[in-house]
Amino acid sequence: MSNTASELPLYEVFIRSKNGLHHKHVGSLHASDDEMALTNARDVYTRRSEGVSIWVVKTDNVVASQPEDKASFYDPNDDKMYRHPTFYNIPDEVGHM
Amino acid sequence: MVSPVTDDREEIALNEAFQAKVDAELKIEPKDWMPEGYRRTLIRQMSQHAHSEVVGMLPEGNWLTRAPSLKRKGVLMAKIQDEGGHGLYLYSAAETLGISRDEMYEQLHTGKAKYSSIFNYPTLNWADVGAIGWLVDGAAITNQIALCRCSYGPYARAMVKVCKEESFHQRQGYEIMMVMAEGTKEQKAMAQDALNRWWWPALMMFGPHDSESTHSTQNMKWKIKRTSNDELRQRFIDATVPQAEYLDLTIPDDKLKWNEEKQSYDWGEIDWDEFANVVAGNGLCNRERLQTRRDAHDGGKWVRDAALAYAEKRKKRAAKQAA
Amino acid sequence: MTDKEMLFEYLLRLGDNCVILSQRLAEWCGKAPVLEEEMALMNVGLDLVGQARLILDYAGKVEGAGRDEDKLAYHRDAQDWRNLLLVEQPNGDFAVTMARQLYFDLFQQLQFEALVKSKDQTISEIAAKSLKEIKYHVRHSSDWVIRLGDGTDESHERMQNALDQLWGFTPEMFDMDAVEQAMVDAGIGVDVSTLRDEWDARINAILTEATLKRPDVTWEVRGSREGKHSEHLGYLLAEMQFLPRAYPDASW
Repeated sequence: MSNTASELPLYEVFIRSKNGLHHKHVGSLHASDDEMALTNARDVYTRRSEGVSIWVVKTDNVVASQPEDKASFYDPNDDKMYRHPTFYNIPDEVGHM
Repeated sequence: MVSPVTDDREEIALNEAFQAKVDAELKIEPKDWMPEGYRRTLIRQMSQHAHSEVVGMLPEGNWLTRAPSLKRKGVLMAKIQDEGGHGLYLYSAAETLGISRDEMYEQLHTGKAKYSSIFNYPTLNWADVGAIGWLVDGAAITNQIALCRCSYGPYARAMVKVCKEESFHQRQGYEIMMVMAEGTKEQKAMAQDALNRWWWPALMMFGPHDSESTHSTQNMKWKIKRTSNDELRQRFIDATVPQAEYLDLTIPDDKLKWNEEKQSYDWGEIDWDEFANVVAGNGLCNRERLQTRRDAHDGGKWVRDAALAYAEKRKKRAAKQAA
Repeated sequence: MTDKEMLFEYLLRLGDNCVILSQRLAEWCGKAPVLEEEMALMNVGLDLVGQARLILDYAGKVEGAGRDEDKLAYHRDAQDWRNLLLVEQPNGDFAVTMARQLYFDLFQQLQFEALVKSKDQTISEIAAKSLKEIKYHVRHSSDWVIRLGDGTDESHERMQNALDQLWGFTPEMFDMDAVEQAMVDAGIGVDVSTLRDEWDARINAILTEATLKRPDVTWEVRGSREGKHSEHLGYLLAEMQFLPRAYPDASW
């Protein structure tokens, strides 16, 4: 495609909707620099007061796991039930723990 | 990304696993394996949807500078802005499938990609802005609610956001119609004229009859589409007829009649020749809508180039300073 | 002029800028250079519509002749408008729009910062509310002027031309007259002539960063305070006011 070279880079946008919550991925947008990405994110993704804090990250800088790695990344933890509180039997008489 | 599959048996297994996931109502995410047809269909549908939002800004924008009160101007501006935002959410969701926004623009500008034909009709009086909100957004919402459960995660999430924001669009449109239908004789005539011109195109928005629809079966199986064209269209008609009656306006269909047995409305037939004609690019505004978008994109190239050049210079300066 | 008439006149000067500039920004609809910028321009336009409504609504109440915001916006002819000549100038290319925006945004910021201290409670409240929006507008327009100025050769040239083209409309912003003076004396208004130095300093800083030249322009025009506008305003109003003028009995 003729214009792709001159396309503004893609940024991922994360918004904290209110204090106490994590920033959450809401989508992406194009911007030439970080400042533009931040103000564009404000104009595009917080038109209805959806946020109190915005993160923008250049999509190229996101390091992501691959679905092919699913088995080696996540499955080994499936049998480590001792990491979960329900693994341990405590008599009811002891009360809430 | 699609893994290079040379082995047919492996491909069949991947396909089966994919379909099982879809059947189990699990969402497909960008990096998951997916059939090439699924990816192509999604790109086609999502980009068409995004283009519709962006081209859809133009017929309403035609009245933005002539909105009859400051309040209406503000509301319309916010609504058109939402449409730009929705286009952006959808482009952004489509980009997760490995196509760039510029590539999608290119397809739009060369006529390879379509957008909703409804936006090739002109807006001729202020009531058209009301009718677009009421009927066109009404029809769109009927479609979009069904898409919130689409199997592709980014699309479904974008649609949830779109639906949440769209709910004011239809109401503001209906309110314009209400004020005009209850207004002066001239205003009521404008409202009726707008309904006359937008009713049938709005029904066409649901696409061909199920029996004629080429993509429907596979898309239903993939859960890209969740409800059939005819079912959604009927749902829209049943919801809208009483709203028109409330306005004391006449829907331009002499076959429209309540069917007690079906508990829904019988109605006439869409002029499919007109539909095909507008889709083929021969509607009243096809050429100027596309030209406006091309001009905006081509005319904005120097701005985008400048922004990129500036970012590049700044990066170099920072590197030099650090050295 | 009575005190009330002076205040009314003063409010028109504040509010009309917002009406006319938002109308110009609305003309960008569907034509912005990037989709994201479409959203940004409309946000600025929306802020201005909001400010216009607050100020004209108050102006109508001060006048006490039964004119509301829309009567004032849609039923006055060019000679009764008090907006600056700058804001009625056509959009031109994106550089012209950004130059116009930067000149006005910066002026409005300084003006409204002072108006927050107005003895008139309503003006003070409107100024405080609007100021949050205006600060963002300044950020938006100055970012763009810098990007375009320090971007490519083409954008640099376009940006410089745009600045030059509109420079002669800026001195009017800092003019004092009897109405402005009366408002200053009453503790309601701001002495705009004192804003000039700060405006100059900020503009200079932005232009330096943008590698642009401060316009070397000797002409300057004025007249909006007396309703002497450029020819552009008449066409803008003809379009904007069409419906309420064509159907005066209708409400929308």
